[in-house]
Amino acid sequence: MKEFITKVVPPTLILFVGLAAWEVFVRASAIPVYILPGPVAIVQALVTDWATLYPSLLVTLAITAGALTAATVLGVAIAVLFAQSKWVELSFFPYAVILQVTPVVAIAPLIIIWVKDTATALLICAWIVAFFPIVSNTTLGLNSTDHNLLNLLQLYGASRRQVFWYLRLPSALPFFLGGLRISGGLALIGAVVAEFVAGSGGVQSGLAYRILEAGYQLKIARMFAALFMITGTGILIFILLTLVTHLALRRWHESAVKREG
Amino acid sequence: MRAETPALVALRGVDKVYSNGVVALTGLDLTIREGEFVSLLGPSGCGKSTVLRLIAGLGDLTRGTIEWSSVRHEIGFVFQDPTLMPWATVSGNIYLPLRVRGMSRAAAQPKIQRAMEQVGLAGFGDAYPRELSGGMRMRVSIARALVAGPKILLMDEPFAALDEITRFKLNDDLLELWASQRWTVVFVTHSVFESVYLSTRILVMTPRPGRVSSEVVLDGKRDPSFRTSAAYAEQCRTVSARLAEAMRA
Repeated sequence: MKEFITKVVPPTLILFVGLAAWEVFVRASAIPVYILPGPVAIVQALVTDWATLYPSLLVTLAITAGALTAATVLGVAIAVLFAQSKWVELSFFPYAVILQVTPVVAIAPLIIIWVKDTATALLICAWIVAFFPIVSNTTLGLNSTDHNLLNLLQLYGASRRQVFWYLRLPSALPFFLGGLRISGGLALIGAVVAEFVAGSGGVQSGLAYRILEAGYQLKIARMFAALFMITGTGILIFILLTLVTHLALRRWHESAVKREG
Repeated sequence: MRAETPALVALRGVDKVYSNGVVALTGLDLTIREGEFVSLLGPSGCGKSTVLRLIAGLGDLTRGTIEWSSVRHEIGFVFQDPTLMPWATVSGNIYLPLRVRGMSRAAAQPKIQRAMEQVGLAGFGDAYPRELSGGMRMRVSIARALVAGPKILLMDEPFAALDEITRFKLNDDLLELWASQRWTVVFVTHSVFESVYLSTRILVMTPRPGRVSSEVVLDGKRDPSFRTSAAYAEQCRTVSARLAEAMRA
């Protein structure tokens, strides 16, 4: 409880002070709402436009979740493949790096042209952004098994499969979870960036499209409302994955265990 | 003097050169007999650990042979570090050798329980390694080595990182286990005192490249009172002198 107070109260206080200062500044300087709306106007927009914003949030969320799931499944599968032989890793890792360093905004138009279904195209874009941390971290983890434990299993005559399941995979878990936390945020960023590029209207439009749309109509308060929804989603994803990490590692990994005072 | 038991494993004319060119062993000859407690005593880097690894089959000989009395013996190995899986509980760690052999957890549980009792870990089955002290972790490591019922136990400076009080206690517990389980133990150490206290025979090794410089056969009752006896001091003096000789050689 005491920890909760020291961790939550100060940032919350700063938040309210900041919002109040923002509102006072906007009103005192009489800044028009189409340049910079105050927090009150933004909350009003959030409430009145909820009927359009909420379905968009679900669209963006679905793409993010799909991309993160695909990044996890394929990322771990690729890492496992890399861990099977140094030769495979050395041959394919550079291409994973190339895919990672190419800006997604630059390849998104191509993918949107090639892939007919827009939702799938967006998913692929978000996946490209999100999969690398999982591949690189899990590969590192799979190769970080204690050598003496490997010796021990060799002594017991363990098969490759047993070594993999009993030692390599559990050793890689903290590394994988570290990658997953980075990928969670990246999947959302990838989804939003791809939506900006796609820019399609209609019912299947995510939050990025709402931002573009509100911009054209000079509904800046709605723009901010959509922006805050994206930020809030990102924070929620991070908290959720941090919780997952904590639950998985709390009993044994140094990162999750509280240090004795 | 105890009667000579049959040889369990013999190394003949063994050379070991590592791929980086380090010559660890040259012309090493040694025989381990059934039921012995043999210590390999020598300075750091003299190839003691290499001998254990070769006996365990973790590495190839450059030259020479290893002869076993029969086809395959169950081997237990205890490293200098406890080398536990941090993500598994104490009983999960001890289960490992049985799990590799395809034994179900339920079938293994009585054996795990017994191994824990033997090393004084009863009641710690659900603890994680990081929650244990260094001495307790080493007990887990020993329990894991003995759960599979090994014929020969190879120990690579298992107590070197522990404080003296813990080490003495583990020495006594190990001797008790050795007496009751009728293992053959090959114990690597750089401590004269520890080797004299534990062993029935000490093989003194030269600095690298290692070979056996001399052998000291010890007998007499091993119990806590032995540690303060005149005989113990005398034997330590003898072995120290042999070690000093080996260092000059």
